[in-house]
Amino acid sequence: MQILRFTTAGSVDDGKSTLIGRLLYDSKSIFEDQIEAVKKSSEKKGLAHVDLSLLTDGLKDEREQGITIDVAYRFFATPKRKFIIADTPGHIQYTRNMVTGASTANLALILIDARKGVVEQTCRHSFIASLLQIPHVIVCVNKMDLVDYAEEQFDKIVEQYKEFAAKLNVKDIRFVPISALHGDNIVNRSENMGWYQGETLLHTLETIHIGNDKNLIDCRFPVQTVIRPHSNEHHDYRGYAGRIVGGIFKPGDKVLVLPSGFSSTIKSIDTYDGPVQEAFPPMSVTMTLEDDIDISRGDMIVRENNQPEVSQDLDVMLCWLNPRGPALNGKYILRHTSNEVRTMIKEVLYKVDINTLHRIEDDKDVRMNEISRVRLRTTKPLLADSYTRNRHTGSLILVDEATNETVAAGMII
Amino acid sequence: MSSYSLSHLKELEAEAIYVIREVFAQFERPAILFSGGKDSIVVTHLACKAFFPAKIPMPLIHIDTGHNFPETIAFRDQLVNELGVQLIVGSVQESINKGRSREETGRNASRNALQTVTLLDTIEEHRIDAALGGARRDEEKARAKERFFSHRDDFGQWDPKNQRPELWNLFNGRKNQGEHFRVFPISNWTEMDIWQYILTEDIAIPSLYFAHHRDVIYRDDTWLPVSEYISLRDEERVERKLIRFRTLGDITITGGIESDADTLDKIVLEVAASRQTERGNRSDDKRSETSMEDRKKQGYF
Repeated sequence: MQILRFTTAGSVDDGKSTLIGRLLYDSKSIFEDQIEAVKKSSEKKGLAHVDLSLLTDGLKDEREQGITIDVAYRFFATPKRKFIIADTPGHIQYTRNMVTGASTANLALILIDARKGVVEQTCRHSFIASLLQIPHVIVCVNKMDLVDYAEEQFDKIVEQYKEFAAKLNVKDIRFVPISALHGDNIVNRSENMGWYQGETLLHTLETIHIGNDKNLIDCRFPVQTVIRPHSNEHHDYRGYAGRIVGGIFKPGDKVLVLPSGFSSTIKSIDTYDGPVQEAFPPMSVTMTLEDDIDISRGDMIVRENNQPEVSQDLDVMLCWLNPRGPALNGKYILRHTSNEVRTMIKEVLYKVDINTLHRIEDDKDVRMNEISRVRLRTTKPLLADSYTRNRHTGSLILVDEATNETVAAGMII
Repeated sequence: MSSYSLSHLKELEAEAIYVIREVFAQFERPAILFSGGKDSIVVTHLACKAFFPAKIPMPLIHIDTGHNFPETIAFRDQLVNELGVQLIVGSVQESINKGRSREETGRNASRNALQTVTLLDTIEEHRIDAALGGARRDEEKARAKERFFSHRDDFGQWDPKNQRPELWNLFNGRKNQGEHFRVFPISNWTEMDIWQYILTEDIAIPSLYFAHHRDVIYRDDTWLPVSEYISLRDEERVERKLIRFRTLGDITITGGIESDADTLDKIVLEVAASRQTERGNRSDDKRSETSMEDRKKQGYF
């Protein structure tokens, strides 16, 4: 059984919470006591039906205001897959939450109200999915019951979306006509839309091929920590612990340690369950090398013929996450893989209008929830790949030195 | 192996090991919060894996309410001994003796909420800067909003509306003096994942999780164990039942379910067929709709 991580984004009334509630409910991931609680709340609110959207309520304030403020994580499983949903609010103020949810997702669910078609928020959600390089997008045309399950309306929206999506960089886009409220094409095929020949939403989620989404070509092993037991049994043991974020490593492989540039050979790849003959993403392992080299946290083990860029100057797409915008020539702490350096924003090249994708070149004042292209200068070289090549070695965050808050997320170009 | 994909349990394991190693690398004095329940046992097992062949390089902290199941304490001591790690015990009774906290009175009095004071005192006394816990996002609606790295201010409080965004696998553990972090390596695991993992890895757990005969009373829709800490009400009578516990907390608040699941295989089947949440038998969560959120804000586990 594999894990599929997906993100959902929706506007206030397009039925996102109902859709998630429906997926959880129809896949029997909801317990009786939870359903009882939701039934009671629905009655209290004077609703005639059980409001499945209440299943996804979280904090006190959210229940009181009937909105999602923060990313919430939900889980369900079928015999085929385990699903982790990053449920994010869709309002423009919450771009930072959408970006957060998208950063770990293999797939994005985008909801469109069948009555309204593609709206500004659809474009925004799609742009973020594309920017964060989510490999798969499923566009759910929801509330089909309110347009009499009309095929023409669905086709019109599909055409509309495709036209817009041509500007994006998403490889795999699929469309499903649904009614989250009534359960059409969610888990069970809709009896109201005989004209739809495609798969149900759940079937697509269960079967979509995600094996090719990770990078098995470029070997990248950022060292998290060094393991030295100092015990009699393992007196001279010196293992480099970390997670494989790219490529396939094997004992006997010639490797290069960056930034020092020393080369060596992999002696063993160890785990608690015994040594392994191959290590690939996202395995957490401990590597030993044939030679005694000084290696510490922040270093990266790679292959000689395939190295990341070693640079102090980076062009980055930056999403600003904090109410306090960047200070002029402001200095920040930058975290990238297992490395931490200091950095300065040298220049804002342009901002992106996340609704139209147009470049804004006359206003370079970066505010919260805005996306901009910037040039960074770091105090020490980073071992970086472009984000499109590797989401792990191509991503970074900025931390405010004074408040310790995470203020920005960056994707290396 | 040839398809280069991991099973869901192996992927969750790899994620948790990564998080635990991040804690070791980013903090000076980390510790594992150990309750003797299945989730903290799994976290401890994952920590073994993260640092193998070295020992777990951080102590376990147990907050002892004095109202434990005796089996839990015996299990704890044996595990600590086997792993060769340091055990720090924070005692709720001592906090009460010192006047740091006051015993609850009334109908459903328990020491559950009192743990927060003792926990925060213990963290401060030992200058712990990161406490690894076994909370999962699927357990409870407030926990669904938790980060892997969850910041606590110098009063130990959680501010759920002002959490740091957490992107990719880049964890920001920076803090000021006096603040600390709670870290949850098994955030993305469900109850089912935990049981399947315990089964696959053959991890030892306290006998309380397996079906056994016990004297119980029926109170608040659950079978509550009879112990010296609980006083019987007029209408209640003691019965001997075949039960097991789905979660372990204090003996005063942890209700059991009728079950004949006496092996891990049977437990996994039972959990798969279960139509009630595991915390449904915990009276600490039933006090109000937001009791977990309220306790968490104060600094609870």
